[in-house]
Amino acid sequence: MHDITPNASALRSGKRTGLFTGQLNKWHYASGAMALLVAVPLLVVFSGWLQPSTDIWSHLAETLLSQLFINTIKLVIGVGLGVMLLGVSLAWLTARCDFPGRRLFDWMLMLPLAIPAYVMAFVAIGLLDFSGPVQTALRDWLGAGNFWFPRIRSTGGVIFVMVLVLYPYVYMLARTAFLTQGRSTLEAAQTLGYGPLGVFWHVALPMARPAIVAGTSLALMETLADFGTVATFNYDTFTTAIYKAWFGFFSLQAASQLASLLLLFVFLSLMTERLTRKRSDYHDTMRSGQTPRFRFQGWRGWSITALLGLFFSLAFLLPFIQLCLWAFEAVSKELDARYLGLLYHTLVLGLLAALVTTAGALVIGFARRYQPDRLTSITATTATLGYALPGSVLAVGIMIVVTQVDSLIHTLLASLGNPATGQILSGSVFALVLAYVIRFMAVAHGPVETGLSRIKHSLPEAARTLGATPPHVLTKIYLPLLRPGLFTAMLLVMVDTMKEMPATLLMRPFGWDTLAVRIYEMTSEGEWERAALPAITLVLVGLLPVILLVRKTLQDR
Amino acid sequence: MKKTIIALLCLAVSLPIYATDTVTVYSARKEHLIKPLFDAYTEKTGVQIRYITDKAGPLLARLKAEGTNTPADILMTVDAGNLWQAAESGVLSQVESEVLNKNVPAHLRDPDNQWFGLSIRARTIVYSTDRVNPEELTTYEDLADPKWKGRLCLRTSKKVYNQSLVAMMITRHGEEKTRQIIEGWVANLATQPFSNDTKTMQAIAAGQCDAGIVNTYYFGRLQQKDPDVKLALFWPNQDSTGVHVNISGAGITKNAKNRDAAIKLLEWLSSEEAQQKFAALNMEYPVNPAVAPDAVVSAWGNFKGDDLNVAQAGKLQTQAIKLMDRAGYR
Repeated sequence: MHDITPNASALRSGKRTGLFTGQLNKWHYASGAMALLVAVPLLVVFSGWLQPSTDIWSHLAETLLSQLFINTIKLVIGVGLGVMLLGVSLAWLTARCDFPGRRLFDWMLMLPLAIPAYVMAFVAIGLLDFSGPVQTALRDWLGAGNFWFPRIRSTGGVIFVMVLVLYPYVYMLARTAFLTQGRSTLEAAQTLGYGPLGVFWHVALPMARPAIVAGTSLALMETLADFGTVATFNYDTFTTAIYKAWFGFFSLQAASQLASLLLLFVFLSLMTERLTRKRSDYHDTMRSGQTPRFRFQGWRGWSITALLGLFFSLAFLLPFIQLCLWAFEAVSKELDARYLGLLYHTLVLGLLAALVTTAGALVIGFARRYQPDRLTSITATTATLGYALPGSVLAVGIMIVVTQVDSLIHTLLASLGNPATGQILSGSVFALVLAYVIRFMAVAHGPVETGLSRIKHSLPEAARTLGATPPHVLTKIYLPLLRPGLFTAMLLVMVDTMKEMPATLLMRPFGWDTLAVRIYEMTSEGEWERAALPAITLVLVGLLPVILLVRKTLQDR
Repeated sequence: MKKTIIALLCLAVSLPIYATDTVTVYSARKEHLIKPLFDAYTEKTGVQIRYITDKAGPLLARLKAEGTNTPADILMTVDAGNLWQAAESGVLSQVESEVLNKNVPAHLRDPDNQWFGLSIRARTIVYSTDRVNPEELTTYEDLADPKWKGRLCLRTSKKVYNQSLVAMMITRHGEEKTRQIIEGWVANLATQPFSNDTKTMQAIAAGQCDAGIVNTYYFGRLQQKDPDVKLALFWPNQDSTGVHVNISGAGITKNAKNRDAAIKLLEWLSSEEAQQKFAALNMEYPVNPAVAPDAVVSAWGNFKGDDLNVAQAGKLQTQAIKLMDRAGYR
């Protein structure tokens, strides 16, 4: 019954030979429209090449570029391995095994997602650097110079912090994948004599590949685009060069050129992964009841509990407590009635962005499913590229497009004899949500697509032959089966939106300050303590959707 | 579809057209440092002020993209380099105001009067009172001397404050000598550069190094939090060029819709009435020579500041960054 091997749809996808098959149809248009939305601001970024900036290039090539490449590669490898290792093993433990406290860890392990990476960075440095409380205490105790302590402001330190905040992407996607793997497949493997490790390695892991890849690519795209975290560490990566070109050399052109290279790299990597995957399919929807978990009892169980407890303290509890302490110091200076407004704006934007982006991702997902040709593959991948650009660069790209549209509207209105204001889109919530959709499409696309890939083609087809209309198939078959994927997508986008800084700063309407804006105002002046209160609030607000998701997936089981 | 367009048009037409008594500010100076003044001005004059805050780079990009449609009347940033760049890219306009010319000393505003300093920020030497005898200290340049080997802490060269400082040094000493100084600094570093001034000072206080270069208001904040901190400020280059100063400031945009109201606001910000508060909010120094600094700030003592026009920092910023990159100052 179960087919990890090519099935009917894989046979159909054997048609994928040319750029596309037959005529353009509605799926081409739909995914094309989504791609266009993202492509226009990206083109603005690419247009940086129209103006030469050889001077800056030769300077960078002479001085920094090779080191930046090496640093970036180290970071990508380190973070990639780290998030995969952590994310997958944690997901396996909570989804397929049983040990004391599993139900708690199941959702607690998602919590680090709510901590923005830059916040984690300043907490880690604040705690662990030479002047931090840990090393100070050690010096008082052992005497200066009498002990060895790892340097936190180092390659290892950056990787450590990034893995701690980015592993939840892999964890959440892999967890959903493991949870929805059918009972009989896994049982068959067990009857064939595989132990927990064997089942994991030979069956569950290969079946979860799309999810793991999706999660890891999200983590890596964020790593490549990150500026806040590496800047806090003063660790130079490729994005450092981008910002140096822009803010230092005042050349947005050179910055765009550098950024477009980053984009090209990500695009090619994503396409390559697609091509290596296309021969295999991963359908598996037979959910014949609860799959029994591997039980760890006695000291084995408890040692897993202890290990996860230690990890959770490191990834969430410790930074959270440090933030609370700082927030407590600053609360009288910082907390006022405006926080209600900040909270409201943060939630509204997060919710709107989550809904719209997930709907967009669903469209792309269906296009890929029903029209699996190369054209769709290219448009769909293009639509997810917004996540790979450094936030500020993308924000400016979108800003430029939106202001151009605005000035068109303005001219149009003026010609009708109406001298209205020139900012109908720019500086409205509409433009800001659009920016989030463009930025976070990849985040929603990952879970939605892995969700879709687990639904057999034969199921909706059977429904159609039984006379169900397309809307019926959508609401009665797809949406229920996709529920975990859709919730994961919305949660991820919502949390990411609430943490987002560059686009929010540049495009928020007057007065629409959010918690992230407040954090920026404080951290950019080095006032960590005062930034702690909005950061804590952000973490707490981020917990809401996490808890919601967990309750949902618990019911689904 | 048609209905949507009509609805959109109606919405557009019905949007409020802001009356002339609303001034719009794009500010790279943080909200909590400007809002109290804006509130005071609104209360005094009835003029409404709306603003967004962001980094200077994105704000400038936005101004350029918006062109004639921009709602912004004033661009406010920190660091003369950013203001110089804004003037250079043509988004600011010349302002002839006797009030501003009188209140803002010539070296703290654009030679073409496209922007004006509103507060002075001094970048000076901070040292450990435990391990440094102030007589050891003389100039920024002297921190390159081997006697400081393993004793110096610096903030990253990516911060514009350091870029301005080095740009000024290039103006005084020329490229070659400045590079030797920077190389000397790098050779003396106790640890790799920090991402901010506060961390730099904490490292000095904790004993990782003995001296560093920071903006005075960061020192002020640290002192407020920990009055017993064993650090002190030193005013370097008093026999020569003076302490390196920079500004936060503002200019009127080229396409300002409320130019007159915006100029009035700038004039008020430079006035004796506003200056004390403007500077004190961030423990900076007023630009208006008639206004004394806040008591906390005055307690750090008087100093001679560099009187080279701060626009120089912008002109030589690119050169300064390249020089620091080549000297291995990260």
